[in-house]
Amino acid sequence: MTETSPIQRVADSVALSTPPRMAGQIRGLSDRAIAWLFVTPTILLLLAINIFPLVWTIYLSFTNYKANRLNREVKWIGLKNYERVLTDSDIWHTLQVTAHFVCWTMFFQVILGFGLAWLINKQFRGHSFWTTLILLPMMLSPAVVGNFWTFLYQPQIGLFNYVVGFFAGVDPSSFQMIGEVNLAPWAIIIVDTWMWTPYVMLICLAGLRSIPDYIYEAAEVDRASKWRQFWSITVPMVLPFLMLAVLFRVIENFKMFDLVVELTSGGPGSVTELASINLKREAFEKWRTGYSSAFAIILFVTVFGVANIYVKALNKVKQR
Amino acid sequence: MKKVLALASAVSAAALALTAPVGEAKAQSTELTLCWAAWDPANALVELSKDFTAQSGIGMKFEFVPWPNFADRMLNELNSGGKLCDLMIGDSQWIGGGAENGHYVKLNDFFDREGISMDDFAPATVYAYSTWPKGEPNYYALPAMGDANAWFYRKDWFARADLQSEFKAKYGRDLAPPKTQLELKDVAEFFQGREIDGQKRYGAAIFTERGSEGITMGATGALYAWGFKYENTPGKYDMEGAVNSADAVAALEYYKELYKCCTPPGYTDSYMQESLDAFKSGQVAMAMNWFAFFPGLHKDEQVGGDKIGFFVNPGQKVEASTLGGQGISVVSYSDKQEEALQYIKWFAQPDVQKKWWALGGYSCHVAVLNDPSFKESQPFAADFLLAMDGVQDFWQEPAYAELLLAMQKRLHDYIVADQGTAQEALDKLIEDWTETFEDEGKL
Repeated sequence: MTETSPIQRVADSVALSTPPRMAGQIRGLSDRAIAWLFVTPTILLLLAINIFPLVWTIYLSFTNYKANRLNREVKWIGLKNYERVLTDSDIWHTLQVTAHFVCWTMFFQVILGFGLAWLINKQFRGHSFWTTLILLPMMLSPAVVGNFWTFLYQPQIGLFNYVVGFFAGVDPSSFQMIGEVNLAPWAIIIVDTWMWTPYVMLICLAGLRSIPDYIYEAAEVDRASKWRQFWSITVPMVLPFLMLAVLFRVIENFKMFDLVVELTSGGPGSVTELASINLKREAFEKWRTGYSSAFAIILFVTVFGVANIYVKALNKVKQR
Repeated sequence: MKKVLALASAVSAAALALTAPVGEAKAQSTELTLCWAAWDPANALVELSKDFTAQSGIGMKFEFVPWPNFADRMLNELNSGGKLCDLMIGDSQWIGGGAENGHYVKLNDFFDREGISMDDFAPATVYAYSTWPKGEPNYYALPAMGDANAWFYRKDWFARADLQSEFKAKYGRDLAPPKTQLELKDVAEFFQGREIDGQKRYGAAIFTERGSEGITMGATGALYAWGFKYENTPGKYDMEGAVNSADAVAALEYYKELYKCCTPPGYTDSYMQESLDAFKSGQVAMAMNWFAFFPGLHKDEQVGGDKIGFFVNPGQKVEASTLGGQGISVVSYSDKQEEALQYIKWFAQPDVQKKWWALGGYSCHVAVLNDPSFKESQPFAADFLLAMDGVQDFWQEPAYAELLLAMQKRLHDYIVADQGTAQEALDKLIEDWTETFEDEGKL
């Protein structure tokens, strides 16, 4: 007599309790039909929470709809919202601010992330401890990070100003990182770099650890210099990982909201008003639903298009 | 034995789980939820409302949201037809949207039925907090909390003989609460960077907040004092020449100068709480804020009592103050409108209004305001009356949020971010507002 597992026993009891007629119907289904049976709920869920809102947003972008004016007549206004968005100098300003933020954060995070990964990969004594320590910022909530960096940047009591003042020999209260037009864009870049460099480091570290030792050993046999090994082995083999990290970070930073709102609320003036902050204000503070839908669609198409081109480039790099 | 205990626990838990919703539902049927901002007067209202519960048997729950998120949170609630709030003490600017979008119950019939007369409330507060369209006898709220933006100062510093003589030598007048906006700047400049009791002090804490309404509420204190108007002809939306008049430009330039010369370092995104913090920590000689905070400030152990003085927003070409304050409305989506109306009826009684003032709320009832002892009842009471005589409010249109955010952006760009001129900021503001009114079909 063979012993059956508890799961098997449950399955048997369910099979036995299924009415013969229903059991016959299920047995009559093809594999394809059974596959559809399992996949359909997920597809319906995706349609409900992803596809329907997208289609509805596209529809709203062609109307004058305002979500706070439910008793107002909704009019079809064609491409007017798109025309307004694309000719609005404030929108272009927020896109410039976003581009500045994305480019510089990527630049610093790639350099520092790769550098840290390279150092950590050296397997020195205590490297596990340092790895954990370096990873801490990315484990924090962006709202918390934004809040405590506002204190660090405080001109009178902030540690950041004190340290800069100490080394630069200037009065710590003589500059305001989040209050001055020239410094505020850099203030948000510093915080984002501090928080997300560990993420880039982690992915680069995975790339570095995936390089087999024998490749370096073969290079040593061929008497390749360390510099040559770095450029001909390390960089090409880590590049797909690095590009993947950049893809994730660019998409995330393009829609950056919480951290910057906590730090500057988009100010002073509008110098740190990223596209997502502007979009939120248009949609949920000014309640220009049609207009903000058009802006959201434009942003979506932009990110989607850029990401697609980038993924194709990534695939080419991987195939090399 | 363990099995018996476990079984008993499970049965008790199940019984609790089954009975709790029933108990809760019973309590909710006799409980009203009142929504307001989280600030000092809200605590006074909680205290006051205990009398209502004692008299009517209707319980009161409160939903208080901090000011920076108050409009976002509550307007979302109203726009989605939410049933969270039975009573709403909404900001004065919401009245247009509340009325036109059907969020608030029209109270005219109720007032007639219950003999509540709007003549019993200060006219400026009825106009600002209750009526829509403006000035028409259509009431959507009962004036609940009178308020305006005003100033407080370090009376003990102003009284110092050495500072008095130095100020007089420099400006040719006594160091005293300023009578004009330009005098205010002189005083602020005098204190800026000055060392008092071994600490560096600053001139004034003013509103510069970007996210919600702060910089608009602060700068309009100067704009109104220079005679700022939103329209040339009320109700016509003809803003050219009014919003960007020479006086408006001068007022805006003045506010920027005040910000540049006389605020503490890092004061780039500051509103009510930052103003209170700056004053309570002894950083500034003067600060602007709403009257609502004055009772708490006067009681403060560190800077209150004899150390603090109050003054109304100084005029320049006219005497004027920025209106704050709110009316109390019944939310049309509430299932407990009858009970909510009972609360308003109770709240409108003169005795209740007197107690409201005594607890720290700002009554708008003439029985309180016209009482001969009112002016002496608090050190800021006379200034409150003075301020309420000259209050001006922002647009109260249904599209007020759009109008407000446009002004926030233009003012912050000019004053804090140093971009463009005052003339350009106001010209752009007219463009923004024109676009909004065109969308609304009013232009």
